[in-house]
Amino acid sequence: MAVPAGTLMTARVGVITFPGSLDDTDAARAVRRAGGEAVPLWHADRDLHGVDAVILPGGFSYGDYLRCGAIARFAPVMTELVAAAMAGLPVLGICNGFQILCEAHLLPGALTRNAGLRFVSKDVRLRIENASTPWTGQYAEGQEITVVLKSGEGAYVAGPIALAELGTHGRVVARYAGANPNGSAGDIAGICNAAGNVVGLMPHPEHAIDALTGPGADGLGFFTSVLRTAART
Amino acid sequence: MTALDTVARAAATPQRPQPHAELGLTDAEYARIRSVLRRRPTDAELAIYSVMWSEHCSYKSSRAHLRQFAEKAPPTEALLAGIGQNAGVVDIGQGYAVTFKIESHNHPSYVEPFQGAATGVGGIVRDILAMGARPVAVMDALRFGPADAPDTRRVLPGVVGGISFYGNCLGLPNIGGELAFDPCYAGNPLVNALCVGVMRHSDLKLAAARGPGNKVVLFGSRTGPDGIGGASVLASASFGGAGEGAKRPSVQVGDPFMEKLLVECCLQLYAADLVVGIQDLGAAGVSCATTELAAGGAVGMRVTLDAVPLRDAALGPAEILMSESQERMMAIVEPAGIGRFMEICARWDVPATVIGEVTGTGRLEMTWRGERIVDIPPGSAADDGPVYERSAQRPASQDELAADDPAALPRPAGGPALRAGLLALLASPDAADKSWVTEQYDRYVRGDTVLAAPQDAGLVRIDERTGLGIALATDGNGRYTLLDPYAGAQLALAEAYRNVAATGARPLAVTNCMNFGSPEDPAVMWQFAAAVRGLADACAALGVPVTGGNVSFYNQTGGAAIYPTPVVGVLGVHDDVRHRLSIGFREPGSSILLLGRTAAELGGSLWAHVTHGHVGGRPPAVDLDAEQRLAAVLAAGAAGGLLAAAHDLSDGGLAVALAECCLAGRTGCAVTLRGDPFTCLFSESAARAVVAVRPGSEAAFAASCAEHGVPAAVIGATGGVSLEVAGLFGISLDELGAAHGQTLPAIFG
Repeated sequence: MAVPAGTLMTARVGVITFPGSLDDTDAARAVRRAGGEAVPLWHADRDLHGVDAVILPGGFSYGDYLRCGAIARFAPVMTELVAAAMAGLPVLGICNGFQILCEAHLLPGALTRNAGLRFVSKDVRLRIENASTPWTGQYAEGQEITVVLKSGEGAYVAGPIALAELGTHGRVVARYAGANPNGSAGDIAGICNAAGNVVGLMPHPEHAIDALTGPGADGLGFFTSVLRTAART
Repeated sequence: MTALDTVARAAATPQRPQPHAELGLTDAEYARIRSVLRRRPTDAELAIYSVMWSEHCSYKSSRAHLRQFAEKAPPTEALLAGIGQNAGVVDIGQGYAVTFKIESHNHPSYVEPFQGAATGVGGIVRDILAMGARPVAVMDALRFGPADAPDTRRVLPGVVGGISFYGNCLGLPNIGGELAFDPCYAGNPLVNALCVGVMRHSDLKLAAARGPGNKVVLFGSRTGPDGIGGASVLASASFGGAGEGAKRPSVQVGDPFMEKLLVECCLQLYAADLVVGIQDLGAAGVSCATTELAAGGAVGMRVTLDAVPLRDAALGPAEILMSESQERMMAIVEPAGIGRFMEICARWDVPATVIGEVTGTGRLEMTWRGERIVDIPPGSAADDGPVYERSAQRPASQDELAADDPAALPRPAGGPALRAGLLALLASPDAADKSWVTEQYDRYVRGDTVLAAPQDAGLVRIDERTGLGIALATDGNGRYTLLDPYAGAQLALAEAYRNVAATGARPLAVTNCMNFGSPEDPAVMWQFAAAVRGLADACAALGVPVTGGNVSFYNQTGGAAIYPTPVVGVLGVHDDVRHRLSIGFREPGSSILLLGRTAAELGGSLWAHVTHGHVGGRPPAVDLDAEQRLAAVLAAGAAGGLLAAAHDLSDGGLAVALAECCLAGRTGCAVTLRGDPFTCLFSESAARAVVAVRPGSEAAFAASCAEHGVPAAVIGATGGVSLEVAGLFGISLDELGAAHGQTLPAIFG
């Protein structure tokens, strides 16, 4: 599945489109801007077409009926994705993608209604807490970046044991550096699994890849990071 | 349950009484239907005519006036499809075409703010989709009663929540719009939604059925008992077999997830070239889609009405014809393409059903349980509705309004009073920071949003390689239009035109939403006629054609109509969005120029409204030639990289504009006023803008202003952390920000 080092510099990053995915074109653009090849993946497909990493983009998969991400978890493509993630494939879930990863039990906890009960769309400051995941390797630990938050159910919650586990094992990938915008526990904006290859992030780095169309280019590091990782493997 | 009213039965029982009045048809209109059909209509036919001949669908009171938009339209090669289609289509170059339209959803949004506003977004998006375009952005022009009135606290959060819910879930960036407050909108909020879409020239689709034998496909949501022809319709228990339990809600319920699937499904159907003609289902549902498709193609159509998939099996034929269930489309498809059409719908989980076929008879025929219940010439319902020349009379009160000159109002004099006056305007709900609203809207999705609120106009990139983009602004000022409907409509156009130009874009085309009171009131009709005439004349003068729009009458509670409120949307083209201008002062050391002439014009101004609750006198003078020259200077300044910022002057004049520039870019400025300070700060003379010139470009920009004949005065420079007006006052950015930012959160939480 991985590309032999030295034969191909362009890593292939899959972007899954579920019915109701909205930021799939943005995630694909971010992959291309970082120098990678974006591979569209379809929710009803049963294979990952040999990609080197996968992004679950933002949106309202299946209308977010029942519960955010609850139906997408059962999409045919998820069977292969869960197996590949367990085997170490880099996976990034953004916003609705984060919710899906939680529903699929690849990540602990859940995303709930914002503290203010309203949809929040604004630029936010994040502090990178873990710069050793495949998605954050290009950042420095403690680095602050500006990206876009836009969600109605972005408040991260988890039980006290799970929260302690995330904290003590460096599994909080990013926290809100300014005022907590949605009531997330511990100001948590993103987390990873124990192996570090599966990352869930509530804000949108793919909307911060160019000062023309976003608050800046701070978000591009998530995509250049995974390309660097994929090129190494 | 009464027996099915068939065509044969209608012919055999000519004298059977029918509830045409309850359905909103006059005796004369009912007689006309009988004359068209040479018999009485069946219940189903009566349902079709009642909705198609409604004011909303037929424009019967406005049509005689709206003709001017076409008759006076300036010559242009940019218009690929115009008025009469679902939306106008404009050529923007490089093989791209853009379609855009604004539409009202005022009444539903008052009854049920959340769903009313949500389905307003859904409806206008389908209009754009039906033209063959991919919808790429939305905007909303909102007007409510006083911000702190209890009912506004019910209506506004619901409307904003509905727009947020539907637009965000649909994945369309919300790039701007308006939010205004006035007691006149307390019983009649205005919710006007705009959508813009993009296509290649070759993708243009028209609402016309062609080719006898082609199939009629209904796809999208199932048809339910929601939004059936308004509350009065079907109120009669004897009508269409509807019993007591059939009192249906008249506001539709939206499902943005289905709409998202419908958008992607339609775009794939277009790409596969499987669609001969297409129409969205909005007002009047199946009645409108079938009659307009058949009339548009000058063909007949045979429909098996019981093939329509239902959410409620108890629905009868008249209810199905009038249902306004959301997220539905109707397509004409060649028989050979049906298999592939159905495959694509299945890929997107969109239910699709063949409900009929195109015929060569020129008649629209429908059957129900095998019996013929509709047999009409489709054009008689779609195109040949009644047209009324309503009487129009300038009300005597107009003279009193004009005589009530704001020059007589007490004015602030001296630095401290002017300072307090500016802070009061900035803190007023009309001028206050709108982040409470816009932070509920996704502006980033699709990754092409270059400018959004609080900028002068929204700006969307169309081509990532070339930088081609489109700018859009909506504007309207009910106070100006009340004082002078002709000038007020022109000022609305001028402001939207100026806002688009302030981003560096070239204004190209116009859409409008005419919000007025009852057309049966001669005073309202006078306002409407003058506003339409003013807008049509101004479009001709500025060289920007009206490509489509919408009229909303009956915006009144009891005898009190809203202020006449034409909301005008202007579309502009940006050759390279990387050269866009934004309003924020970002760097110190740029000289600030005031462009245009300032006179003492305070009639209908924000200052008079906020400080004195006053509306009277004359609105600002209209100078369309000056507007054109100003737009040309701004476009040249942007393209040449001469400008660091630009902001149009409108509500609140120079004072509010400078404060907004400082706050948006978090950089202060110092200016010196020449002439009466109050007039300089708060007058709302049109055709003006404030710009910050890049250091080193001063001479080049001055030359450009001279070349275009635009008066330009250096009034100061950017820099510092406060807004300083020499000899009068200074206000720190923190104090400006606090005054500007706290109002809406304090009211709405």
